[in-house]
Amino acid sequence: MTAAEVASPSSGRGGAFASILSIGTLLLIGILAFSIRLFSVIKYESVIHEFDPYFNYRVTQYLSKAGIYEFWNWFDDRTWYPLGRVIGGTVYPGLTLTAGTMWWVANALNIPLSVETACVFTAPVFSAFAAWSTYALTKEVKGIGAGLTAAALIAMVPSYISRSVAGSYDNEGVAIFALVFTFYLYLKTLNTGSLFYATLNALAYFYMVCSWGGYTFIINLIPMHVLLCIVTGRYSSRLYIAYSPLVILGTLLAALVPVVGFNAVMTSEHFASFLVFVILQVVAIVYYTKRILTPKAFRVAVAVVLTVGTIVALTLIAVLIALVATSPTKGWSGRSLSLLDPTYASKYIPIIASVSEHQPPTWPSYFMDINILAFLVPAGVIACFLPLSDSSTFVVLYLVTAVYFSGVMVRLMLVFAPAACIMSGIALSEAFGTLTLSVKYQIELPDPPTGPVAPVDQTAAGATSETSASATAADLAKDKSVSEKGKETLRERPKRSRKKEKESAEKSVVKKAPKKKASKVLPFEASAVAIVLLLLLVSFYVIHCVWAAAEAYSAPSIVLTSHTADGMHVFDDFREAYAWLSHNTEENDKVASWWDYGYQTTAMANRTVIVDNNTWNNTHIATVGMAMSSPERQAWEIYQTLDVKYVFVIFGGLVGYPSDDINKFLWMVRIGGGVFPHIKEADYLRDGQYRIDAQATPTMLNSLMYKLSYYRFAEATMDGKGYDRVRRTEIGKKSFKLTHFEEVFTTHHWMVRIYKLKPPKNRFRGKNKRRTKPMITDRRNEDPPYLWLTTLYRSVEVKCYLAKVPFGDVDGRQLESFWRHKYRN
Amino acid sequence: MAGGGTTSDVRSLVSSLRSAYAATPVKLKIIDVYVLYALTTALVQVVYMGFVGSFPFNAFLSGVLSCVGTAVLAVCLRMQVNKENKEFRDIAPERAFADFVLCNVVLHLVIMNFLG
Repeated sequence: MTAAEVASPSSGRGGAFASILSIGTLLLIGILAFSIRLFSVIKYESVIHEFDPYFNYRVTQYLSKAGIYEFWNWFDDRTWYPLGRVIGGTVYPGLTLTAGTMWWVANALNIPLSVETACVFTAPVFSAFAAWSTYALTKEVKGIGAGLTAAALIAMVPSYISRSVAGSYDNEGVAIFALVFTFYLYLKTLNTGSLFYATLNALAYFYMVCSWGGYTFIINLIPMHVLLCIVTGRYSSRLYIAYSPLVILGTLLAALVPVVGFNAVMTSEHFASFLVFVILQVVAIVYYTKRILTPKAFRVAVAVVLTVGTIVALTLIAVLIALVATSPTKGWSGRSLSLLDPTYASKYIPIIASVSEHQPPTWPSYFMDINILAFLVPAGVIACFLPLSDSSTFVVLYLVTAVYFSGVMVRLMLVFAPAACIMSGIALSEAFGTLTLSVKYQIELPDPPTGPVAPVDQTAAGATSETSASATAADLAKDKSVSEKGKETLRERPKRSRKKEKESAEKSVVKKAPKKKASKVLPFEASAVAIVLLLLLVSFYVIHCVWAAAEAYSAPSIVLTSHTADGMHVFDDFREAYAWLSHNTEENDKVASWWDYGYQTTAMANRTVIVDNNTWNNTHIATVGMAMSSPERQAWEIYQTLDVKYVFVIFGGLVGYPSDDINKFLWMVRIGGGVFPHIKEADYLRDGQYRIDAQATPTMLNSLMYKLSYYRFAEATMDGKGYDRVRRTEIGKKSFKLTHFEEVFTTHHWMVRIYKLKPPKNRFRGKNKRRTKPMITDRRNEDPPYLWLTTLYRSVEVKCYLAKVPFGDVDGRQLESFWRHKYRN
Repeated sequence: MAGGGTTSDVRSLVSSLRSAYAATPVKLKIIDVYVLYALTTALVQVVYMGFVGSFPFNAFLSGVLSCVGTAVLAVCLRMQVNKENKEFRDIAPERAFADFVLCNVVLHLVIMNFLG
């Protein structure tokens, strides 16, 4: 798609050589963007990560198996039992369809990919596309040099990497590409005024709507920009062509996506675009009449129209307000409201507030996620203002809104990252442009610098750039308005392949015989130092990004590792538990857990769950929360009404895994209490403190969550004291029995503990012999010293076994006998 | 606002509008009529909706948006082929028309799909 753009970059003076060079650079950037995201595959394995990706993976599997029509009509009865969920109508299908198409194309070409492989590599592939469309976008704003720099920056910006490593198969992976590409096409339409690009723009917007709920950002940002243009007197026919068809076509296309449907015209997230559409029509008529009328007649016309127009406008606004007021939540959905009022979610919707990625970010997370770009962004903003154009106002507006949104939710840092990259790309490229230009200028003319202007601001500029850090060097370079034509190669080179290419880049520029007189030239030493400092800065960025990609953001979170003195430990408990569920329970058994694990359970264990990460029904989640916070007997009754057979909890106390259910428990209480008022948060807190030691409240110690987590825990710890390594305390209640639940499986590191609900006693008394045996616990009682050896041995065996045999093919009994055989002695 | 001689002002305004518009090339006038027609159709549909109700909402929506979309696209075309508009000198009228047709095709494919 960027090929079309690449084909015509010879607008500068570089000609064929420059265009070939930039195509080559773009290719390399694409490869970089793809390969920097493969750390997760190399360090772990080619596996789907985290929670939501498992759902997307499952949907893709269904799509590839059943076909597109079945997919649209898919009613999933394995989740939200007993409600079920209409997947086809409630999912953003963009990602799934993309990966499904990729898989289909690969298979049609006789490349035997599995669906999983296609899913794992979707995000890296699309980050290469995103880098290319960033190039195209920035090129529209500030020319090829800035475009290439921005593309290189976004190829490895940690914030984007965190959502698009191989295996992170989530909407954002393709949505960022769609976002940037839509913006690019908007600017392209704005700059050319061609209906062709307007059509493409609407289609790109359609893809974005398909991919991510964040499309509302586009449909609000573009109207804002249009409004800004109108207010600042920059209206043009090109603006009309860029915006009006987009609203009409975009609305219709958005309404085609089932999950959006009539929301595209009914909710107030979209109203801004219609309002601006109407304003734009009015403005267009005004400009038209202004052109054909004499100034005097126009003044009369304005007077007439104003009197009539205010009345019409007032009635329109009244109708609009009435419409908004009648729709629920005043037409704004919860997530959008929490954007405008950051405290909204935590006040009213605990289920949104409970998700960590919906929290506001901390300052370090900015440094972690965009690193040096945070310093370069202001310089880029200044550069955008120097010759202010329609497209640079758009980029600035994008940046400002994205900064605000990223300040509200960590997750939206992702939207901010492309803006930061574009700005920094512009800043860096301008800086390199100025500096290398003055270096080259002085090499060419060894005489004292020409031009009467130079001496004054030379000294000023020189002094600052030497004393202050390189970031400020970029900043002040911005103040020198630089003509950027023909400097593409030069600006790009030092960025991509850093130090060693510098000399050759300089040479190539010298050869190209620049006739242009730089208006302002910095002294040679100052610019040389500044170039070196900038290169250093950029290489720090590269180092940081590679580190972030390799260490911070590659963990799949279903396989955990820890490094200790005696080497690396792998915690594969989740898959162990899911495999156990899938092999040892009946196919139609219902499994209850906290909603975080719903997607994984349906995807990996193929069992029906009560709630999952989709969180569309608050009451249902609250029911599970209530069950988890109730005493055993009540919880058992609640689960019995939900037809639940198995309950599992995530427990990190043995190995120190902090994001376990005990740490999430207060959220369960809050969400449960939000619907069922007899659950009170205060009952679980001792003097406002959440604790599980001897000081804990009786309600806490009797809650199902506590019991399921700490059942037999004290026996398992070395000294029998029950020391919880996450909470760093001894647990409050050590020896207790379960009356309505029985432990059926606990994973190697105790991270997942699965319990079975005992059947109702009065009806089945005496028939309880066919219980599933708790496998580990028995052995544990017999010979504790042997315990660690066996569990270790077993987990290795199981992993090998599972590796050899695909999940679906193992018969439950077969695996059980396999285990029995292993542990008979 | 428009104090005393309102009627005479309006009359002179209308006459100057008419004379200014008379200078428009015929091609653009044809487009104007087309736009007017499309807008009238949209208006008729909205009025009809007022009487009958918007029950098959997608039908109503696609009907109205089809008309409005057609009008908007025609306005875009008019801007591009208008000789007086200096912004579009590098877009030939033929190219503008081809783009217009493409956009219309996409629009009406979507609408056919949306009609249900």
